[in-house]
Amino acid sequence: MTTRTRSAPTTPFNLSRTTATAARVLRQLRHDPRTIALMILIPCVMLFLLRYVFDGNPRTFDSIGASLLGIFPLITMFLVTSIATLRERTSGTLERLLALPLGKADLIAGYALAFGTLAIIQSALATGLALWFLDLDVTGSPWLLLLVALLDALLGTALGLFVSAFAASEFQAVQFMPAVIFPQILLCGLFTPRDAMHPVLEGLSNALPMSYAVDGMNEVLNHTDMTATFLRDVLIVAGCALLVLGLGAATLRRRTA
Amino acid sequence: MMNYSARPPDKDPRPDDETPAVRARALSVVRGPRTVLHALDFTVPRGQITGLLGPSGCGKSTLMRAIVGTQAKVTGTLDVLGHPAGHPTLRTRVGYVTQAPSVYDDLTVRQNLDYFAAILDPGRTAAERRHENVTRAIADVDLTSHADALAGNLSGGQRSRVSLAVALLGTPELLVLDEPTVGLDPVLRRDLWNLFHAIADSRGATLLVSSHVMDEAERCHRLLLMREGEILADDTPDALRTRTGSDTVEAAFLHLVDEATEDARERENTR
Repeated sequence: MTTRTRSAPTTPFNLSRTTATAARVLRQLRHDPRTIALMILIPCVMLFLLRYVFDGNPRTFDSIGASLLGIFPLITMFLVTSIATLRERTSGTLERLLALPLGKADLIAGYALAFGTLAIIQSALATGLALWFLDLDVTGSPWLLLLVALLDALLGTALGLFVSAFAASEFQAVQFMPAVIFPQILLCGLFTPRDAMHPVLEGLSNALPMSYAVDGMNEVLNHTDMTATFLRDVLIVAGCALLVLGLGAATLRRRTA
Repeated sequence: MMNYSARPPDKDPRPDDETPAVRARALSVVRGPRTVLHALDFTVPRGQITGLLGPSGCGKSTLMRAIVGTQAKVTGTLDVLGHPAGHPTLRTRVGYVTQAPSVYDDLTVRQNLDYFAAILDPGRTAAERRHENVTRAIADVDLTSHADALAGNLSGGQRSRVSLAVALLGTPELLVLDEPTVGLDPVLRRDLWNLFHAIADSRGATLLVSSHVMDEAERCHRLLLMREGEILADDTPDALRTRTGSDTVEAAFLHLVDEATEDARERENTR
């Protein structure tokens, strides 16, 4: 017996469709335990390594370690999202989904939700390891570190989604990592304080979202309370993530050539 | 398998039920520098299986993509179930299966269908109905014993059946199937054609099925024969054979191709 399904119409955003999409993305990952293990363990291993590289200089470890807690989620989520959405585009499933009553916002929010969940786990482990086992000396609340890490992960998801539209193959998608992420790492203040850079470079770093992510981490590192600068940094990172997610949505076309 | 009930009486009779499933007038599609479809005029009647036949590269897939509304640069008129192709209300009423199976390789058969069912019919209250629909769709394509296998571990033919099962969810009124039987063994091909007929007969659904294998033409109610972006013939298999004095649809197709080439040559000579 079949009953005629009274299917719900396409709406710009539908919570059930979004959570179904997030659950599907996580289910796909669950069939790929090695990827999950790599995503979660690599940041911890890097922090561990960093701690002993700067064994004689714990102050440097504090500063670089806190910055890296913000950078890792951005990089991993960028890579995972750009490849995942590229696969969705090339396998024909994106075309199929867009021929169904799925809103573009549902798809994007579904991805953001799924990878955001993973980012929380990843950041919680890395932050916990850094604070309690590697003696990272943070003045502010670890919850604020986690908040910035989560926003960074969202920014990474957004950037990955956006650039996947311009990649025709996995080879190209992976090359976008050095193209989009490396300049931000060089200019974010990790190697040289941003105000000590050449004015042109400083201006450039002011325009890049990762600079604010790292600034935010450093605010938590040095201040007990939530400072105005911290609030500004967080809002800028969140705003950038939303902006790029919007741009990513614009690259999803129901009709293609 | 093929356990279809008649379509339940509609509470809101749709006024567009009398219009043909697909109506094209001067339909053209441009892809890059090429015009792939040249001002096509045809209709696809409701409740029947229409075969779209022609050699590969003749524009079958482009025509199907235009009908389901995923093709860009479409000009002319193209109405599907009484609405312009690609209209949002058609997204639940038209099922589409691409030539390459479009399913998630890293999900099981059931997980694939669960997800697409949740997109078509969302919400917790619909969970039971979804479960029934998914189980039925898996049975329809004869994959019940593989329901918990990863799609990526299935054979090519099995994967294309998963893709077909997705299109059977939500009981669409128009099914657009792009070469659904490619690479399948004869037994499975026969079973699928029986399924297509069951869907058309018991649900009153319209099927548009493309193929480049001419012997499948005999199983269709109507045929659209295509060549180089144009429609050579739009008729029943019987009428085609009678008109061309051929024994098979394949011979009829070749006859029509020769005729068209001859016509073109004559026009060239008289110029």
